[in-house]
Amino acid sequence: MTDRLPDVADPAAGAPPAAELRGITKRFGPVVAVDGVDLVLERGTVHAVVGENGAGKSTLMSVLYGLHRPDAGTVLRAGREVRLRSPLDAIAAGLGMVHQHFRLFGSLSVAENVVYRAEPGRRGIFDRRAAEQRVAELSDRIGLDVDPTARVDTLPLGVRQRVEILKALHREAEVLILDEPTAVLTPGEVDSLIAVVRTLAAQGTTVALVTHKVQEVLAATDRVTVLRDGAVTARLTTARTTAGEIVEAMIGRGLQPAVNPRGTVSSDPVLEVRDLRMAAAPGAARVRDVSITVRAGQVIGVAGVSGNGQREVVEAVLGLRPVQSGSVRLHGRDLAGLGVRERRALGIAYVPEDRPGMGSAATLSVADNLALGHHRSPPLAGRGRLSPRAVRSQATELVRRLGVRTAGVSAPLGSLSGGNAQKVVLARELHHEAPLLVVEQPTQGVDVGAGEEIHRLLLDHRARGGAVLLVSYEISELRALADRVLVMLDGAVTADLDAADATEEVLGAAMASARSAPRPEEGA
Amino acid sequence: MDVVNLAFVAAVLGSSAPVLYAALGGALCGRAGLFNMALEGQLLWGAFSAVTVSWWTGSAWAGVVAAVVTTTVFSGVLALGAVTWRADPIIVAVGMNLLALGLTGFLLRELLDATGTFAPAGLPGLPDLDLLDGVPVLGALLGGQTLLVPLALLLAVAASLWVNRTSVGLRLRGVGEHPEAATSLGVVVPRYQRATVLLAGALCGLGGAQLSLGDVTAFTENMTSGRGWVAVAAVMLAANRPLLVLGACLLFGAAEAWGFRLQGLGMPQQLTDAAPYLVTLVVLVASRLRVRRRLDEADPVAAVSAAHPEAVVHPEETR
Ligand SMILES: Nc1ncnc2c1ncn2[C@@H]1O[C@H](COP(=O)(O)OP(=O)(O)O)[C@@H](O)[C@H]1O
Ligand SMILES: [Mg+2]
Repeated sequence: MTDRLPDVADPAAGAPPAAELRGITKRFGPVVAVDGVDLVLERGTVHAVVGENGAGKSTLMSVLYGLHRPDAGTVLRAGREVRLRSPLDAIAAGLGMVHQHFRLFGSLSVAENVVYRAEPGRRGIFDRRAAEQRVAELSDRIGLDVDPTARVDTLPLGVRQRVEILKALHREAEVLILDEPTAVLTPGEVDSLIAVVRTLAAQGTTVALVTHKVQEVLAATDRVTVLRDGAVTARLTTARTTAGEIVEAMIGRGLQPAVNPRGTVSSDPVLEVRDLRMAAAPGAARVRDVSITVRAGQVIGVAGVSGNGQREVVEAVLGLRPVQSGSVRLHGRDLAGLGVRERRALGIAYVPEDRPGMGSAATLSVADNLALGHHRSPPLAGRGRLSPRAVRSQATELVRRLGVRTAGVSAPLGSLSGGNAQKVVLARELHHEAPLLVVEQPTQGVDVGAGEEIHRLLLDHRARGGAVLLVSYEISELRALADRVLVMLDGAVTADLDAADATEEVLGAAMASARSAPRPEEGA
Repeated sequence: MDVVNLAFVAAVLGSSAPVLYAALGGALCGRAGLFNMALEGQLLWGAFSAVTVSWWTGSAWAGVVAAVVTTTVFSGVLALGAVTWRADPIIVAVGMNLLALGLTGFLLRELLDATGTFAPAGLPGLPDLDLLDGVPVLGALLGGQTLLVPLALLLAVAASLWVNRTSVGLRLRGVGEHPEAATSLGVVVPRYQRATVLLAGALCGLGGAQLSLGDVTAFTENMTSGRGWVAVAAVMLAANRPLLVLGACLLFGAAEAWGFRLQGLGMPQQLTDAAPYLVTLVVLVASRLRVRRRLDEADPVAAVSAAHPEAVVHPEETR
């Protein structure tokens, strides 16, 4: 069986584990996504499944949930072998899964989503009242606050995730699989998710928590299984391990954080935002008198809980959203009245937070994605004609230089992992050495190793004299990259700190009074 | 002239009924996530088969039954092509519309030995609801109509209840909204799509029968003359909601009835015939503009993606 560490005490000695995977192997063509993995989920525990992107976490969990049939190995549920031909079998066996991308009906209410295809009612008549009551009961039980009558597409992502959890609980799931649940959450939402997970475990539900964020592992789980390249590299007990040990098992080496050599900053302002006022976007704050200056060779970080006006300021700089008053200047030139294309031509590069929707085209090739936005001018095009050869050779060069892992430059971008897709977008935006780079959440959904490389690319850009406006919800990222950190709260800049003073405590306190505004949609 | 009297409302109900049948069918398909653009062809087929069987058997009701059965079979082309074989529903529908037009014209000559119009003396039509004569209001509204007119209204209400108040209706709404999510919960999406397509076929059969055995007692080549397209517009306008479909169809019916009145006042027929289509166009454009304006005010970035839905990639598709 498994080589569980001998010092792991069995909480329910004698009772079989809630679920167990034995010798699971799953191939996709030539790729061995999961290679002979054993995993034991003890009843009432929270078990972290960690690993970098592409390590095989989702594939392993999909096998447990009946989405993939394994090429070898068996699945046991409460000590008995089960054959899961589809998620329906898994649901019947008491398993529930919350996917990385939610599977909710936006125009239906919370209650309708939760009870869908397991509706209360008699003779085919749907009993809406009973459904809403059931949702209220379930959310009460685990300490969640969800309005059963709300339409799902009006809800922030954090609440939608709760709906997914309620869906599984309504179907009496005893083993709950959460695949990268925190990737879409704000810091406050992460904390409440962790609380929910702990409550569930205390009530006897077994939770498999997939993540690549080590802090979450330490805060939320009892056991840890680390995957790398489809195989288990460590089985740990959370209480007896360290972040370093987990990271090393994940990436096969210790982490070498990008050094931030805070160099000399020229006095040359590249971007000057003055007294910006903007109307409120849905779910976000009204922007009030925001002023930001970014100089050459400087990274200005913007911190804050999402929904406090950061996104709106960025969109004003890019010319995506109208302003009520105030000015945006690039090298002293007022950008008022200029559209996105003119502004980019003047030297603004942009890496948006919404990478799949806005920053890239998933169905286009890596090469085409690298050409986007520069496809009208030499060397990629001349006299109105695009040169496929130039597009390809540029792509080959950039892919090599940035170490993008892809099957080739003509592979669709959607086939790349999150980290590699992000590198493609970043490569495109950095390639033309635009004096100003605006970047949002550059490492969201990106694994630790690629995240490190992305940070290094940004710091290199700064070292070459580039100016960077960086929006991030992660304090550690801001500390690693920024020279100064501004905190936005309710549409205004409420703190302007030297990076040296911007400790977790100070930033956390400055951001803390932020209302937990819903976060802009990314199309669930 | 007192135009909004009971007789006018009765005329509106009468001329709306065939469109309403087709539009209800289209709305249910839309709920299942399948755009049914073959309503025109199905209505036309229903009208033809109703007249043919009514003539052959001497019973108008046999004609109605035949219209329902054969149009359901005809809609099987869409169920098979677009659902089972996953062809583009729009292309299949275009084919069906052309086929219905050609086939009814051909069979009109071959089976009924007529060109252009078939309206022999003795062709049995559907009876009016004479038993309502003398009943206040109802008599004036429905007394001169066939049973298929009130049935259409009842079916609109029933469809609304079915979609909104039953378990199957809830599942149907989910199927169209997010088929992957519905599948992951054990709902067989193609089954819902096939069922609603066939149901729409049956409804179009009723609508066609009302057109050729109720409104008039005759079959004329291409006699639907765009009613199926008006039904498609009604479906889009109502965003697949049955009660709004009813509203939209009554609006178009009112436009048509108005057209007749204007004709009586000496307006050229070519202009008045265009009234329902003109109203359709105006309402469609107006509703689009309203959506755009709302999005623009709320979120200019989102407005761009709404105007270009093809540019929006669902995260599921990107992995
Ligand atoms: N449906 C699939 N078809 C082909 N390859 C896949 C598929 N799903 C996953 N893979 C590959 O399997 C490996 C593991 O992927 P995954 O389980 O998604 O990793 P993780 O969830 O840890 O990021 C990757 O190399 C990925 O490209
Ligand atoms: Mg994954």
